[in-house]
Amino acid sequence: MEQFIEWITQPWPWYVAGPLIGLTVPILLIVGNKSFGISSSLRHVCAMCVPANIPFFTYNWKKEMWNIAFVVGVLLGGFLATTFLSNPDTIVVAEATQQDLAALGITDYSQLLPAEIFNWENLFTAKGLLFFVIGGFMVGFGTRYAGGCTSGHAIMGISSLQWPSLVATIFFMIGGFLMTHVFLGPLMKMVGF
Amino acid sequence: MKVEEKAKNTQPVECEAPNMQDSSDGLLKYLIIGILFGGIFVKAEIISWFRIQEMFRLQSFFMYGVIGSAILVGIISIQLIKKFNIKTIKGEVINIPKKEFRKGQIIGGFIFGLGWALTGACPGPLFAQIGSGFTVILVTLVSAIAGTWVYGKFSDKLPN
Repeated sequence: MEQFIEWITQPWPWYVAGPLIGLTVPILLIVGNKSFGISSSLRHVCAMCVPANIPFFTYNWKKEMWNIAFVVGVLLGGFLATTFLSNPDTIVVAEATQQDLAALGITDYSQLLPAEIFNWENLFTAKGLLFFVIGGFMVGFGTRYAGGCTSGHAIMGISSLQWPSLVATIFFMIGGFLMTHVFLGPLMKMVGF
Repeated sequence: MKVEEKAKNTQPVECEAPNMQDSSDGLLKYLIIGILFGGIFVKAEIISWFRIQEMFRLQSFFMYGVIGSAILVGIISIQLIKKFNIKTIKGEVINIPKKEFRKGQIIGGFIFGLGWALTGACPGPLFAQIGSGFTVILVTLVSAIAGTWVYGKFSDKLPN
């Protein structure tokens, strides 16, 4: 039992996590004929709360409540795993990444997210504007414009061999590479790192 | 043609996974699947901003392993479902909506990619981060919902 607890509190390797995530695809299909996807939940929230007569948000969202239940579950799962199964050690990050991030002023590895960026004190500062407001906006706007996110396109779409999803995934990666290697440094400097 | 286009625009875009088949389903099972899924995100540290940085800097194989093996398992599962004509637990034929190609997958995909590298999270991990106690990510989530709303508001004026 002790060994089991020690094993389960360790960070799981990719070859455990990846296949389990992949299994979500057939599980959702078999359980209720649902296509795996997460960013749609953001659209359903809009449709529920502020449809504002916009055609894009006037549909029967009640039929999509499973998706909301699913993301509430993801939130709860995050809470349960952190509360009961959390890894006692600090996160292990590649040496090269640590060096690159140190140059940007990020050196705190005590949590899964860098404390220098993700804290409430940053909210009404340029840092918060960049990482929370602008970053979040681009995630919401971009995924809906693309018609899906990493789950709906990269995993569900490619798993069902749909080439438009492969195109979307390639552009997710291009955007990410460009932000990381070209814009992130100057932007972080600009907001005061 | 004009009328047809207008009608098209008033319908939800078809690659939005129109899972409209049944509404009477109990939601609890999706909650439970979500809990397991969120737990995996945390346990494999996929919700970490550092993991996404490692990925985009090509300094760790980890995220490529996660996404790659997830896709592999997904492909095999769907092939098996098709080959053996596996039905849902209610006996329905499994239906996977076709994703039509649109310019949005390029432009929107690119914009999402920029945001992904900043926030270190795609929509799934956002929820798991909040659950893990990073409550400030609520702001990111609200902003993502706002981004979704703005897209919906102007979707007919954007190149699609």
